[in-house]
Amino acid sequence: MSVLHIADVTKTFSGGTNAVDSFSLDVADGELVCLLGPSGSGKSTLLRMVGGFEQPNSGRITIDGEEVTHLPPERRPTGMVFQSHALWTHMNVFKNLAFGLKLRRMPAAQIREKVEAVLELVGLAGYGDRMTTQLSGGQQQRVALARSLVLEPKILLLDEPFASLDQHLRERLREEVRDIQQRLKITTLFVTHGQDEALSMADRIVVMANGKTEQIDRPDVVYRDPKTPFVAGFIGTMNLIEGEVSNGIFVRSALTVPLPIADGPATLAIRPEALDLSASDIPKASVHRVTDYGSHGLVDLDLADGTRVKSMVAHPDMLRAGQGVDLLPRAFAAYRNNQQIYRS
Amino acid sequence: MTTLVPVRSRIDWLGIVFAALLSLAIVGPLVVVGTWAFTEVWRYPNIIPQQFGFRFWGQTLGRADVWNALVLSLQLSTVVTLLSAVICLPAAYAFARMSFPGRNILFFSFLAGHAFPKFGLLVAIAAIFLQLNLIGTFWGVVLIQLVGTLMFMIWIPVAAFQAVDRRMEEAARDVGASPFRVFWSITLPQAGPTIAAAVLLSFVGTFYETEGAWLIGAPGIRTMPVLMISYINNQMVIQYGAVLSVLLWVPSFIALMFARRVIGGGAFARGFGG
Repeated sequence: MSVLHIADVTKTFSGGTNAVDSFSLDVADGELVCLLGPSGSGKSTLLRMVGGFEQPNSGRITIDGEEVTHLPPERRPTGMVFQSHALWTHMNVFKNLAFGLKLRRMPAAQIREKVEAVLELVGLAGYGDRMTTQLSGGQQQRVALARSLVLEPKILLLDEPFASLDQHLRERLREEVRDIQQRLKITTLFVTHGQDEALSMADRIVVMANGKTEQIDRPDVVYRDPKTPFVAGFIGTMNLIEGEVSNGIFVRSALTVPLPIADGPATLAIRPEALDLSASDIPKASVHRVTDYGSHGLVDLDLADGTRVKSMVAHPDMLRAGQGVDLLPRAFAAYRNNQQIYRS
Repeated sequence: MTTLVPVRSRIDWLGIVFAALLSLAIVGPLVVVGTWAFTEVWRYPNIIPQQFGFRFWGQTLGRADVWNALVLSLQLSTVVTLLSAVICLPAAYAFARMSFPGRNILFFSFLAGHAFPKFGLLVAIAAIFLQLNLIGTFWGVVLIQLVGTLMFMIWIPVAAFQAVDRRMEEAARDVGASPFRVFWSITLPQAGPTIAAAVLLSFVGTFYETEGAWLIGAPGIRTMPVLMISYINNQMVIQYGAVLSVLLWVPSFIALMFARRVIGGGAFARGFGG
């Protein structure tokens, strides 16, 4: 039963730029929240501040109402899993897991019991005697997770824990971690720059850029209704087309879309799967390349001024390079001054 | 179809010649000294000695000054190495992990002692020690030999501490260890093998150190190498020197074996930033 509360936290590194800029977030009990952003967006710094490895310049961090903002890591009820797993290579798996329990002066028999239980939980029962260097990358990361879980932290912090693993393993561990997290109902903050990871694991996603929150929402909402052009461009594939609106019509080259907003510049955002193509006598774009993925096809198109847009089609074999087509957006959004001002 | 001609690995004759010359230069003198140690009669122009035997071993080992020198050398090396560790290891940690004004200059000053001809430095120090009544005393020699160990005992441990993954230390803090506990349970064991290499190097280096021991220690303090030099200089019997020389191989041989077993080659390389 733990809630994390981050209020107006700012972290400035020497040099003057704000790594994290008045950031606020509430994580509910048992919730898994992903901090998603490109490198340099401040997501790792934020996580390290929750873990106690960085001190914020201002703002407050509380866990279950208790202020921890300036406590050192060893006095926080948080458990961190590092990207590089950071296992202690001079200890075997058992000792890695038992170290924290020993510091808490737990009796040896109880330590053994707890360590075995948590090894079972992460699917490594019987691996206690192995040296950590003898384990595969996935196993090492499981041990790192177990090392945090065995202490029953109130908040679990995951700092790109799968970044060094290959794609296949990453997907499997992702599911395992999500299962464990839901079974233990442990409040979790997860940092990643991989949108797949965020979309598949998170209860809510915080999209960050330049130390600031761009959007906080459920994964499906972040994908379907990005509130800023940055989020639109960062999550999934998105056609972001700059243009001018006059008299309720958005114009870019030969592409015109009815857009009932005030005149002025605007950015039109259309998902490839929401952009239909049709044969036309007055084509608005020409097919540049057709890529057939089997289940669907992806078509690169050029507007007359060279602007590249993408469309996802069910039957790519109907299209050839050089062919002229009409563009029919089914759903789109428009942005002005970094804000969404229209959504169809 | 093309047939692949197996590429015959060429014999690197130049490399073999170099290796042979190098081996000769290193092993040659050792063989000669080793032979002399077991020789009773060896007159020109014979290539091998006329008479082998252990007579000079008995004579050498029967001398009280040899045993005194051996005990003294072991005492000196132990005291110097321990003192050096007590002084240098905390300093190395500070150099590796903390930033303070003058850090770089201080760091390189440890190299400076080795950048100039050592004998000149020693003579200057000897002049100072004369004033302080340290000439010919145990602690005078300890001090001078301590200077010689500083470079190894600072530079190698600094590299060792720097090589310890900071995330490991953070992970230990995360599970509840205090900074001191992190140092004791994580940092030190991680850097341990490389530091052991440095300790070993400084022990062996101190054991064989001659210039300082002779200049500061004479006449009261006679270490094994100093004794050997006086044998070679003052006595026409080559065998005394040869026997002592062979005796002196023992500690370095033991140290090397120990090092190979405990440390492994990688630690030395890591210590030098390899």
